[in-house]
Amino acid sequence: MSALKIKKGSTKHSAYNLRPTFSDKIESHTLAIVVDNEPGVLARVIGLFSGRGYNIDSLTVAEIDHQGHQSRITIVTTGTPQVIEQIKAQLGRIVPVHDVHDLTVEGASVERELALLKVAGEGEKRVEALRLADIFRANVVDSTLDCFVFEITGTPDKIDAFADLMRPLGLAEIARTGVAALPRGR
Amino acid sequence: MTRQMTGAKMVVQALKDQGVDVVFGYPGGAVLPIYDEVFQQNDIRHILVRHEQGAVHAAEGYARSTGKPGVVLVTSGPGATNAVTGLTDALMDSIPLVVLTGQVPTFMIGNDAFQEADTVGITRPCTKHNWLVSDTKTLSGTLHQAFHVATSGRPGPVLVDIPKDVQFASADYTPPQKARLDHYQPQVKGDMDAITELVVALEKAKRPVFYTGGGVINSGPAASQLLRELVDATGVPVTSTLMGLGAYPAKGKNWLGMLGMHGLYEANMAMHDCDLMINIGARFDDRITGRVDAFSPGSKKAHIDIDPSSINKVIRADIPIVGDVGHVLEDVLKVWKSRGRKINREGLQSWWARIEDWKKVNCLAYSQTGKTIKPQHALARLEALTKDHDRYICTEVGQHQMWAAQYLTFDDPNRWMTSGGLGTMGYGFPASIGAQIAHPDALVINVAGEASWLMNMQELGTAAQYRLPVKQFILNNERLGMVRQWQELLHGERYSHSWSEALPDFVKLAEAFGAKGILCKDPGDLDDAIMEMLNYDGPVLFDCLVEKHENCFPMIPSGEPHNKMLLGEASTKDAIGSKGAVMV
Repeated sequence: MSALKIKKGSTKHSAYNLRPTFSDKIESHTLAIVVDNEPGVLARVIGLFSGRGYNIDSLTVAEIDHQGHQSRITIVTTGTPQVIEQIKAQLGRIVPVHDVHDLTVEGASVERELALLKVAGEGEKRVEALRLADIFRANVVDSTLDCFVFEITGTPDKIDAFADLMRPLGLAEIARTGVAALPRGR
Repeated sequence: MTRQMTGAKMVVQALKDQGVDVVFGYPGGAVLPIYDEVFQQNDIRHILVRHEQGAVHAAEGYARSTGKPGVVLVTSGPGATNAVTGLTDALMDSIPLVVLTGQVPTFMIGNDAFQEADTVGITRPCTKHNWLVSDTKTLSGTLHQAFHVATSGRPGPVLVDIPKDVQFASADYTPPQKARLDHYQPQVKGDMDAITELVVALEKAKRPVFYTGGGVINSGPAASQLLRELVDATGVPVTSTLMGLGAYPAKGKNWLGMLGMHGLYEANMAMHDCDLMINIGARFDDRITGRVDAFSPGSKKAHIDIDPSSINKVIRADIPIVGDVGHVLEDVLKVWKSRGRKINREGLQSWWARIEDWKKVNCLAYSQTGKTIKPQHALARLEALTKDHDRYICTEVGQHQMWAAQYLTFDDPNRWMTSGGLGTMGYGFPASIGAQIAHPDALVINVAGEASWLMNMQELGTAAQYRLPVKQFILNNERLGMVRQWQELLHGERYSHSWSEALPDFVKLAEAFGAKGILCKDPGDLDDAIMEMLNYDGPVLFDCLVEKHENCFPMIPSGEPHNKMLLGEASTKDAIGSKGAVMV
């Protein structure tokens, strides 16, 4: 039997790390999942969340290795530590999933989200929107006589704060990409 | 050295190269090219079922009784959707299946074509993995991958959807040795630190118990052998789930019997009172745990499972070990022996004394009095008259299934085929066909209830066509017995739609298909009737009229822990509280 090739979880922080901390506290975790970019893989991941009653707060996906056909899915989810462990283990079971990383517990990580906000207004409100955009380092990517489209990048909290400020100034539409995240250092 | 061939020919070639000897299937428009290839060869036997669900359950019976993957070939649309119940059943019970479905040609996919269904979409949640093959170039590689995924790690059903134009087109055939098996290589070797931790706990434990499951069977006969060695060397009591029966022999001296909702009193009490529980290839299913927050409160729990998601899903494991049961047991034995074969003899001795007291309760006692056959008695006689045969048992789902698990004994793995996780009525008859195909000279019995049996009764045609001597042992109480039992316990004896109305005359039904029918209603005739069934060389429908209102005991009422078992009729009044009533 020992002749069989054995591949352990690729890091000790992967889904195979099974020492749990059981508490009832709901936590938010950012998971990075590397998958084969084959048809239906996103449906498998999403189906897992809906089928087993887990939450998705945000989800982004794009191919990151065009030659190797690998995509990275970044999911922000919430649950008790036991549920988060279950989610990771269940994701690890999906055949085209290569690796599951819990960026929330694997040391420091960087999270960014991009948003486009359309703000319609005139006079002083229009000027105030521009001023606030400057403070938030949002760029104006389009302008008409009565509308700006701002582009802002930052943590989800920063985007929430900017959107809250824009609301009374004529926020008409908002599009957000969801979170992309990477661990710090090597 | 590449070989050009059509996709349809590739399918047959890949099956041959994977060592497949039997395919269960049903033809249709979208798989005609493959059927044409099946027609032109003699290496693979095709068994024509009467309904696609039957094909999948037959393949399950084949797989469970041989340890090899079962193979199914069905058409698109309704062929595929009819397979869904079987796929879900196999997924829940971790049965390796490779299901091939035809699909409308690629250029018609998405057009609502005739007999089109989104097969990979429909079956995504009920397969371990599935593929839609859009190019003949990738077909043979995908088929080899399919076998690899179905049989590696925790086994399960996979599905390959093959459009008709892909079957007609030609490409190079990829032999299995050259197929990319990707990164799917589940961890089989357990962590040695955790294994040592388990051995240390085993050495010290005063009240240990092995709780084994279907994972031992799925790991292969070597795992059952290692389990026997470990259990017998340590003298630790062992119980098993429904799925794991036969891994440790029922005649073994450390055997406690099955545990769980209808498990034996001594097994459940041992689980509740143990100080070390060693779960080997089981998953703390709700039929096993009863009330989770009162589950075995005083024990340290070790959990060996090849699927990381099974660990800590329901019950927190103190010693989690991810790995294949066979590999892990081998290491456990090695470490235990190298540390000097220590065990807490005194502790074990008094533990066994307590277990012997529980055994005295004699929880499976029944009394066969009067002129009506008790279902337990029917099974006890069946056991007595068949246990020396080369025997395979299948069941349907319900009371008869639990009685079969209680009153029949299993001394070897792969001898017991039952729908555990999904609880699929209609599983047993086709499964018995699959088991008989795999073991033509063995005695294959399907213990059934009349209602379950009728759910896939069309397979009588299959049994007759291939002259399969499957014995259908129907405990006929003219009721959906388990539903009736729950209505009695939970719903004020309002027996809503749990009668089997308008039942057929099973003897005439058998004869209509060219099979033999036997009716038995007198306890005095039972042995002779069973012998008549055994002596008949062909399919038999045995209609055994049994007590209509017998309940299945012992029973852990829903919402209660292991030590609150109901042992008989007298204890049932108000046994299930309002919280338990919402459980199934």
